[in-house]
Amino acid sequence: MTSVEGLLGCEQDSQRTLSPYVTGTSVIGIKYKDGILMTADMGGSYGSTLRYKSVERMKSIGKHSLLGASGEISDFQEILRYLDELIKYDNMWDDGNSFGPKEIHNYLTRIMYNRRNKFDPLWNSLVLGGVKNGQKYLGTVSMIGVHFEDNHVATGFGNHLARPILRDEWKEDLSYEEAVKLLEKCMRVLLYRDRSAINKLQVAKITEEGVTISQPYSLKTFWGFNAFQNPSKGAEGTW
Amino acid sequence: MFRNQYDTDVTTWSPQGRLFQVEYAMEAVKQGSAAIGLRSKTYIVLASVNKANSELSSHQKKIFKVDDHIGVAIAGLTADGRVLSRYLRSECINYSFTYESPLPVGRLVVQLADKAQVCTQRSWKRPYGVGLLVAGLDESGAHLYYNCPSGNYFEYQAFAIGSRSQAAKTYLERKFESFMDSSREDLIKHALFAIKETLQGEKLTSSICTVAVVGVEEPFHILDQKTIQELIESFEIREEEVADEGAAMQEQSPEPAPMDI
Amino acid sequence: MASIGTGYDLSVTTFSPDGRVFQIEYASKAVDNSGTVIGIKCKDGIVMGVEKLIASKMMLPGSNRRIHAVDRHSGMAVAGLAADGRQIVARTKSEATNYERTYGEPIPVKELADRVASYVHLCTLYWWLRPFGCGVILGGYDRDGPQLYMVEPSGVSYRYFGAAIGKGRQAAKTEIEKLNLSEMTCRQGVVEVAKIIYGVHDEAKDKAFELEMSWVCDESNRLHQKVPDELLEGAKAAAKAALEEMDAD
Repeated sequence: MTSVEGLLGCEQDSQRTLSPYVTGTSVIGIKYKDGILMTADMGGSYGSTLRYKSVERMKSIGKHSLLGASGEISDFQEILRYLDELIKYDNMWDDGNSFGPKEIHNYLTRIMYNRRNKFDPLWNSLVLGGVKNGQKYLGTVSMIGVHFEDNHVATGFGNHLARPILRDEWKEDLSYEEAVKLLEKCMRVLLYRDRSAINKLQVAKITEEGVTISQPYSLKTFWGFNAFQNPSKGAEGTW
Repeated sequence: MFRNQYDTDVTTWSPQGRLFQVEYAMEAVKQGSAAIGLRSKTYIVLASVNKANSELSSHQKKIFKVDDHIGVAIAGLTADGRVLSRYLRSECINYSFTYESPLPVGRLVVQLADKAQVCTQRSWKRPYGVGLLVAGLDESGAHLYYNCPSGNYFEYQAFAIGSRSQAAKTYLERKFESFMDSSREDLIKHALFAIKETLQGEKLTSSICTVAVVGVEEPFHILDQKTIQELIESFEIREEEVADEGAAMQEQSPEPAPMDI
Repeated sequence: MASIGTGYDLSVTTFSPDGRVFQIEYASKAVDNSGTVIGIKCKDGIVMGVEKLIASKMMLPGSNRRIHAVDRHSGMAVAGLAADGRQIVARTKSEATNYERTYGEPIPVKELADRVASYVHLCTLYWWLRPFGCGVILGGYDRDGPQLYMVEPSGVSYRYFGAAIGKGRQAAKTEIEKLNLSEMTCRQGVVEVAKIIYGVHDEAKDKAFELEMSWVCDESNRLHQKVPDELLEGAKAAAKAALEEMDAD
């Protein structure tokens, strides 16, 4: 036995999550006038197969927070169980103190980074938005524990396709209608270019008043563009 | 002092349903030099009497910063007090590591009380011989708690513990109704007056007392001696040779600290 | 007391010749001296009330709670040593969460009461522990409807329609027996509980007290909550009025 094997010991025999199974694709979140808006489609992919079509990937966490997730759906469900317990204990104190979005975001960051250091990550990118005491909050955490706050955030493909749009078009104090329109623009681009995206999505809103998550709906699409008709034209070497 | 066969073991109930070992531990709090606390809507002030054991030694530190938003004053066994302050500090640090926000005072106090309770129920332990006045600020405002060896805790507008604290308590009981809207300076003034009550005519100087403040926009800190001396002088707390006879009388027959109410 | 000085009453692991464990009986004394705690089961839920004695006027109202939430759908009222009570409350909370973690549904009240009782009983089995100096009333709501349990320092637990512990328990029980619980709503129950607590409070012997109340009922969405302020104030007023009427007679 080499010394390295000796150090690892029985660790060798245990298996970690090496790849995700059922996954959800991008989540986008933005700040707007009254709070935070978030959107995600409802697809659950089994590898590259679009296996599930009604997965809710945004949930409210306590009174002041909203969580959206891409990545492994079962890990997301586990995270929801952690948060449920956390919020329950918080409420049972009944002492006038409560967790706001900042606390929840930091808690998630610790969990994600801790699991990554055990080489057993929770396979998700998370978006956490909320409003507490008039303060808007929007942040994200990745499966390796990278975390930051911003005025607009996105996970997965959304990072590449939606955020450039948001950088151009997002501004302070968007109205609700403007904000939804902007999100839909991003989702439409994702729908066209991200093979895992499906045309059934929800928009979630969190303000001082609380959380509302919309019924699923679809976007109007137009597939008649020339580039869609013959996608490999002019791109030699592609199939 | 020996009372009966039920008073030597923490795990033995007396026929009256009392725990003498716990009650004796609460006596230890009364042996320590006095500590007082009082609060307004936005500020909490802690103060303590510093008594050196001999002319050649310094006094024990009796007020500790726990975090930016929490501090404690102790009376009783200072060694126990330091152990508990260290516990409080680490709880605060762990909380802000996990949530990046300050630990609510009321929750910290419950954790502390639960820790104290455990020592009243295990035969191989002894109760902590220290009382803590925990001052802190959180989302729900300013708070002042008293944690006692029995594992009980109480929230107060103002309170005093330690030797001759009855005199300070009497003073505070006369005044506490106005504290809620008091200014920071008024609280400190009342704190110094209350401390003075426990001195039995001894001159109040900055060298025999410690004062600490925490409040909105003001992290917990201990006031330096110079500031306190200036305050004492500005409040004109001058030596008054007349000892408070009433307070001395009350000290002779202390009412037993309630283990439970 | 015949037990004193016999040497049979010094340890919780010692039986007396006539088969009693005096240490448990002594622990119960601590409960008997405490402020009165009562719980009733109405047709749509549970109401619990505590006579919380106030030792100092500088103590703040609302502090030093004796009723705690132990799960979304259940709460616990403590008589006796509050510090011991919190230990039981903490255990109850963790039992409730552990159950839900394993089975994915809220713990049934009966199961919760059983587990709490086992824990309390545990402390009567070893010489190096002492029995808890408190009794608890557990109220909850599950698929079988509202339920009320009381656990005593010995570790026994029974289900009740109405339960009372502490100083005024005898008088309180007599009053509870007069109530028509099966027809009563919790909203009415709150007033009755307030009246009983005010009624058994010994003005002459005890200092001031604060009435602390909670409920788990249809009106609270089957969640354990503090009784809403206006209702509590109304109940207090009614209780004081009833008391004055009695004095006038």
